[in-house]
Amino acid sequence: MVLNQDTMNTSPTRESNTPSGNSSPLLQMVKARLLEFIRQPEAIFWVYVFPVLMMVALGVAFRSRSVETFDVLIVEGTQAHSVAQILEGASDFAFNLSILSADECATRLRTGKTSLVIETKGESYVYRFDPTRPGSMAAKAAADQTLQVAAGRQDVFEAEEVASTEPGGRYIDFLVPGLLGLGLMGGGLFGVGFVIVDMRIRKLLKLYMATPMKRSHFLMSLMLSRMVFMIPEVLLLLVMAWLFFGVLIFGSLWLVILLIVLGSIQFSGIGLLIASRVRTLEAASGLLNLVMLPMWTLSGVFFSYDNFPQAIHPLIKALPLTPLIDALRAAILEGEGLTQLIPELAIIMVWAIASFGVALLIFRWQD
Amino acid sequence: MQLAIEVRKLVKTYPGRPPVEAVRGIDLTVEVGQCYGFLGPNGAGKTTTIEILEGLMSATSGSIRLLDLDWRSNQRQLRQRIGVSLQETKMSDNLTVLETVKLFRSFYNSGISAEDAIQKVSLLEKSKARVKTLSGGQRQRLAIACAIVGSPQLLFLDEPTTGLDPASRRQLWDIIRGFREAGQTILLTTHYMEEAERLCDRVAIIDQGRIIAEGTPPELIRGLGAEHVIEIPLETMKKAIEASAVSGLPTVQQVEVQDNCLRIAVGQPHLALPKLLDALSSRGLEMTGLSIRHATLEDVFISLTGRNIDNGSANGAPTRIVNSGSTSLN
Repeated sequence: MVLNQDTMNTSPTRESNTPSGNSSPLLQMVKARLLEFIRQPEAIFWVYVFPVLMMVALGVAFRSRSVETFDVLIVEGTQAHSVAQILEGASDFAFNLSILSADECATRLRTGKTSLVIETKGESYVYRFDPTRPGSMAAKAAADQTLQVAAGRQDVFEAEEVASTEPGGRYIDFLVPGLLGLGLMGGGLFGVGFVIVDMRIRKLLKLYMATPMKRSHFLMSLMLSRMVFMIPEVLLLLVMAWLFFGVLIFGSLWLVILLIVLGSIQFSGIGLLIASRVRTLEAASGLLNLVMLPMWTLSGVFFSYDNFPQAIHPLIKALPLTPLIDALRAAILEGEGLTQLIPELAIIMVWAIASFGVALLIFRWQD
Repeated sequence: MQLAIEVRKLVKTYPGRPPVEAVRGIDLTVEVGQCYGFLGPNGAGKTTTIEILEGLMSATSGSIRLLDLDWRSNQRQLRQRIGVSLQETKMSDNLTVLETVKLFRSFYNSGISAEDAIQKVSLLEKSKARVKTLSGGQRQRLAIACAIVGSPQLLFLDEPTTGLDPASRRQLWDIIRGFREAGQTILLTTHYMEEAERLCDRVAIIDQGRIIAEGTPPELIRGLGAEHVIEIPLETMKKAIEASAVSGLPTVQQVEVQDNCLRIAVGQPHLALPKLLDALSSRGLEMTGLSIRHATLEDVFISLTGRNIDNGSANGAPTRIVNSGSTSLN
């Protein structure tokens, strides 16, 4: 290779602030993080597209139906067809009926393919069902009601019924704040934790430490870029939820924004803590899963944590994701104000401060 | 003369059972404007030493001054004044060359423009290319661009050419030699003898945590007392000639039997060679090969340690070295 004298000239004079030179390091670092992020199509998919797809899929699967259809089997016998006729004629309920042998009915019940098996027994009936299975109690009650009325039972009184499927009480309304919280958790843990471990493995972190880069700038750039990635993530989810399912925010928009920002800071802190000493990607993924999986199931993302025993509720509520989702739900669905959410905010703040504090104490900067 | 680096009695012991003594008392002086080379096999303590100098690791004991400053009290100034290229750093794959260098430029209060730094490592045509598309040599040049963009008074290059193909290595040599000619102070580590010989004003040969020889490359080679090496393949001498039979010949400094080769360090081949041939033929040995070459730092290392530098300390082949102390033709 031949180099001309121009390219070889490393003049020892130190010029400062050349045109493309010394812009703010913090700005440059945030810009670098943003560029790295948007140049990874797979990251865009997981952060922006996947949550919306999940919302649409779950929203459609669990959409509210006007009349619920119950799967009911009738055991073969002389009365079987008349029972089927009575149930088919029901005005309040819809049944999906089949008449099968006793054995086959038993098998289907055992494998969960039907909610209820009806067998005639003289003038009366035998109802077979699994009460622990969702929908089976409702199926039994509906069939019983229909058969009782057909047999001549009179209603003692006529109750007034007001059906409500207003936005705010449907499953999709429950789901959207859960998915918001989930997105903030994933974004913080991966967007901060994984990124740091990756830099450590590449020895890039060590190289940064050999430059005059300030550690505070480094951490702030990670936090700020997280905040920037988060805006489209949150907007996309809320706008899609509104367009597809008419999900509305009942409470203060500012409160929702505050919660989102605090949640994001909290999970950045936890991401930092996870990354503070880890030196391999395997250890990092293990730790991230260890942290995320319990919250995926326990913190009430997809279903209320009321389903878990009362005794472990305090534990569930102390997990970082639970207060965030609870507060988001309260603000979005119930329109609650800041003062009612102080307990949740306090837990979030404690997690944020504690995780940052511990992470900075034990952080492995130079190797 | 201002000193760029002044190290006294540097020791680094990694705790453990047993503790690992990576650096066992190194003294080092590098003057401003020098290109100084740390030469030694893998595991000799080169990287540990350079990382202590770079302020990335603390020493167990000893004193270090860089540019008349101290890591303990002048960390911030020192960071602004040194440039570092680590062994095997992987820059972010999805940034371009220019974006990467601009990022590093932003850390320094003063320096050259990112474009200038890229030009100095001849990477201008790759400015807009993503890092992941670069070859090994181009990545290494990018790392050097990041190290010089803050106009460092002292540049550290840890194994700048390790793992590169010969053409890329030569290109890097040209770049580093350019820096040296421009008066840049450089400390580099390498385990390539040829690299140290071509690039460095002074070389310290490090082995097992100690400096075993120090000087300019010609000085070190002269220190052998023999600037030429005669090599004779050993297959022709199955009856194993005794090294001592050769060591007494005129101007022979050192005789060594290693692997399949008889290697004779000699001051004046024209005096030694006739006697050598006589000695071989009187023993009825026929030669199928013979070569004479100039001594290199490799020969210095072998003469000092009895090992090949590439084999490190894991060399199982027995080596017999005979130094003939009496000969002094220098």
